[in-house]
Amino acid sequence: MKRTNRFITILIFIFLYIPMAVLVVASFNTGKNITHFDGFTLQQYVKLFKDDGLLELLRNSLVVSILASLIATAFGTVAAIGINGLNPKLRKAAMSLTNIPMTNPDIVTGVSLSLLFVFVGSKLLGQRNSLTFWTLLIAHVTFNLPYVILNIMPKLKQMDESLTDAALDLGCTHVQAFFKVTIHEIMPGIISGAIMAFTMSLDDFVISYFVTGLDFVTLPVEIYSYTKKPIQPKIYAMFTLLFLLIFVLMVISNVIQLMGDKKRQVARGK
Amino acid sequence: MKKNNAVLLSTPYLIWMVLFTLIPLGVVVYYALTDPATGVFSLVNLRQLGMYLPVLWTSIVYSLVSALVCLILGYPVAYFIAHCGQTAQKFLYMLVMLPMCMSFLLRTLAWVGLLNDQGIINNLLVAFFDWLRSLGGVFAGIPEDFGRLTLIRTPGAVVLGMVYNYLPYMILPLYTTIVKIDHRLIEAAEDLGCNGVQTFRRVILPLSMPGILSGITMVFVPAVSTFYISQKMGSSNTVLIGDVIERQFKQGNNPNLGAALSIVLMILVFVCTGIMNRFGGDEEGSVMV
Repeated sequence: MKRTNRFITILIFIFLYIPMAVLVVASFNTGKNITHFDGFTLQQYVKLFKDDGLLELLRNSLVVSILASLIATAFGTVAAIGINGLNPKLRKAAMSLTNIPMTNPDIVTGVSLSLLFVFVGSKLLGQRNSLTFWTLLIAHVTFNLPYVILNIMPKLKQMDESLTDAALDLGCTHVQAFFKVTIHEIMPGIISGAIMAFTMSLDDFVISYFVTGLDFVTLPVEIYSYTKKPIQPKIYAMFTLLFLLIFVLMVISNVIQLMGDKKRQVARGK
Repeated sequence: MKKNNAVLLSTPYLIWMVLFTLIPLGVVVYYALTDPATGVFSLVNLRQLGMYLPVLWTSIVYSLVSALVCLILGYPVAYFIAHCGQTAQKFLYMLVMLPMCMSFLLRTLAWVGLLNDQGIINNLLVAFFDWLRSLGGVFAGIPEDFGRLTLIRTPGAVVLGMVYNYLPYMILPLYTTIVKIDHRLIEAAEDLGCNGVQTFRRVILPLSMPGILSGITMVFVPAVSTFYISQKMGSSNTVLIGDVIERQFKQGNNPNLGAALSIVLMILVFVCTGIMNRFGGDEEGSVMV
């Protein structure tokens, strides 16, 4: 039984990683065709860093995802603490609201936000071009918030409330108690929420596709337009670099979590 | 914490979410109920919906098949990961999550490169049969260019695209559920004379039901609304509801019909998650990824 499972697991991991291996190999290819490996080169990486257009797209993507995840993390942390203190009925309502973007298909979220922005922009404000960087940012913050909140809520529930009470008894204000006690207790949740929000934002295509205008295009939206024209091999080089970046980010977040677990075990005298 | 503080801290968030999730859905309803040409109230968009029932049906069938394939492939993986050591679990979990963070557009394009008529898999197959032919003997009769298969632009390719993209959404909730199963229950079942199959059917499977249900929902929802996978891996016979909606907004310029179709999609997803939650009992249906 265990042997069969291990065999299947290995096969599935190969299945999951083969397309990515194809892309990584293609980034070292001298030829343009993804299906033929003509020879090894690093030219695509050199070209990538000389291509201002492509770098600008990457910069756009990073700007949106970093800003959106930072805003969502700060906003979401405050909101999670608030929601945690609400009475059960209100808390349930708040959580259902949080779950709407999670359960709705991305295309519905994208379409609904785009219709809202166009409606407000063109019908109420009389703008000709109502989809801008700001609408994109609002959309990203909106779909990032639930990830942050759902990551922090369990940590808040696990937290011993008497810790905050102790801080308050010892003369902390509410704000001090938050920065000296609460934030340390829920830090793993904040970090994993922020990282999840950032990666979701960076890779988001469907929602961005509907809410972004022509003057601010992100990388995934541009890659989608490559379906009509042939894809440039530079893109594969960029994929490989992003793959490495995300891999490193994930390893770091894992190590932080593992260390946190160990520290807690030591602190609890285990 | 004082109750006033809680209300104070959560109100901005609640306002934000009402502004950018509830009100947009209201705007969708508004667009669905207005005439695209005149902008007055009309049911013209809703009347057109009947035309799209076959497309909706195709989408449901494809995503249900994909969800089932994901379950069959994902369960052994989740089970295996849940029974590894602590550090290995974390690492494998990360490896399952990693593909979800990488551009799904490019990964789907890579599949196109693999499955194309002149793609990597076909080239390998042809090369293999060429090699066989070069051996001579019985194999000398293999015709030129033998072994090429039609892989891309088939229903199978669309299902493969969905399974590939959404398999992690199945494995992760399954893993979180299986890892929580109390090992003593399994031992008890074995002590009481269950064999491996019985233990699985009577103890492990019922206990992993919440993960199975939330995995199916998490695969079904994105699969039923996708448009990229069907555009790249499918043909004109595999147009899905997402394709139709995308066209109304980006090519057809009939956002009103697109809005009506979005509502249909939303109701479908709502019903589906509702059914799943019903089966899941009043336990919290959604397992966080």
